[in-house]
Amino acid sequence: MNREKIHGVDYDPFEIEQQEWKKRQVRERLKQILTITSPIFILILWEFLSRTGLVDARFFPAPTAIIATFLDMGANGELYQHIGISLYRIFAGFLLGVIPAIILGLLMGLYSPIRHFFSPLVMALMPIPTLALLPIILIIFGIGEVSKIVTIAGSVFFPVIINTVAGVVNIDRIYLDVAKNYGASTKDFFFKIALPGSLPVMLEGIQMGQAIALLTIVAAEMMGANSGIGYLIWTSYSSFILKEMYVGLVLISFFGYLFSLLLRGLQRKLLPWK
Amino acid sequence: MSDNAKISIDGLTKVFYKKNSSVVALKDINVEIQDGEFVCLIGPSGCGKTTLLRILAGLETPSIGEFTIAQGKEDRPIQSMVFQEQGVIPWLTVYENVAFGLKMRHLPKDTVQERTDYYLRKVGLDKFANLYPKELSGGMKQRVSIARAFANDPEILLMDEPFGALDEQNKFILQEELLNIWSETKKTVLFITHSIDEALLLSDRILLMSSQPGQIIDQKTIDLARPRNMEQVRSNKEMADDFVNIWKHLQVEVQGSRI
Repeated sequence: MNREKIHGVDYDPFEIEQQEWKKRQVRERLKQILTITSPIFILILWEFLSRTGLVDARFFPAPTAIIATFLDMGANGELYQHIGISLYRIFAGFLLGVIPAIILGLLMGLYSPIRHFFSPLVMALMPIPTLALLPIILIIFGIGEVSKIVTIAGSVFFPVIINTVAGVVNIDRIYLDVAKNYGASTKDFFFKIALPGSLPVMLEGIQMGQAIALLTIVAAEMMGANSGIGYLIWTSYSSFILKEMYVGLVLISFFGYLFSLLLRGLQRKLLPWK
Repeated sequence: MSDNAKISIDGLTKVFYKKNSSVVALKDINVEIQDGEFVCLIGPSGCGKTTLLRILAGLETPSIGEFTIAQGKEDRPIQSMVFQEQGVIPWLTVYENVAFGLKMRHLPKDTVQERTDYYLRKVGLDKFANLYPKELSGGMKQRVSIARAFANDPEILLMDEPFGALDEQNKFILQEELLNIWSETKKTVLFITHSIDEALLLSDRILLMSSQPGQIIDQKTIDLARPRNMEQVRSNKEMADDFVNIWKHLQVEVQGSRI
């Protein structure tokens, strides 16, 4: 019954659509392959250029050589110490920045007097790179761990607070009306409406904060530390052991990617309603 | 003032003040609504009917005048509102949405559970209790909204064009479902609509509003026996006359506000 004659030829509409569907599947798969081709292509090109001496292998050691260096460094355990201390600083600084940013951001979003009081301060302080304040932070908090954690906290704080405020302010008015009409207490309003309602935009801010935290930790460790991935990059550069420097750079790239994936996962977990 | 008045509105006026264009949204509204009465408020858009409802809902304050809603049982909330389309909270599940008012009042867990389950079953959403609103159709969302208001067991129910955004078939079904639930509880309802059919089907009494200034200029008692359905309304001669009368009134108002 499904066969129709068009210009005297038999066509099955399902067959035709199935062909189309198959073509679309192939195209999707090609796109996926394309996404992993570009990094692989660059790595192969790099390897080739470096091995053949077309680029100076002292400045651009071959990827395989970098991997070998990474394994060597891993064997004597020192590398893990650097990674461990950097991760500790990132997590501690991240939490120290994110938690107050969320609390103050929610308050600013909910109560316009608080918003009007704090927003000029936030706006004025935001453009100052926390790194430029590092000397002051070192004077106040000393050369120890606290100063690095504070530096990271400072740079994570701003994107998170700004997105949290925006998240609350942009909650559809009708949900506020519903909460008011059904007699929500201040506490319920905070936890049942403001927090979940602002969460999508807030998480975007946290994602941004995460990227900034990595940028900051490397720079901060370059300037005032004697351990960590940033310190590793800096000392290997100063002593011209560029293979080790590249190991540091690859590590940063790896953790940046990993954290992004983790946060995306968290986002899906926290926002089942999106 | 009669003893039985559930809602009495007395000389209520609301002005929206802006520097260059102040609007008299409501002018000297005087209404009494009896206990258990289903009243529809009908008028052209922008006539202030939503403002009146929002004042009763405690979301706006009147400029002058006052209103009282009689309190029967003491632990009952005064009013609950069924909002226009988007009033279902997207980050709460269907169950949590229906339980919202009860939870806000911090009632014991089993009471919340029992009443929520009851009204979920009433509106036929018990199978969908754990879904988020994004997975529901418009009609299902409004069922959630209605269940939420009834579960809260308030003194009066306020409904702000709850079916305005639905397609016609869904609208008919939901109207009859609403009448079903209502006939069980006999709540006092103030219902806003711009659909004459809807008002004729639902109301004991229809209040007609004019726009700018928003005033109640006429009312009509609907005597059609309950339970009603849309076919009865459509086939009843008297209802047809009422329809034409109300339409004439609205037409004048709508055209008046265009000039």
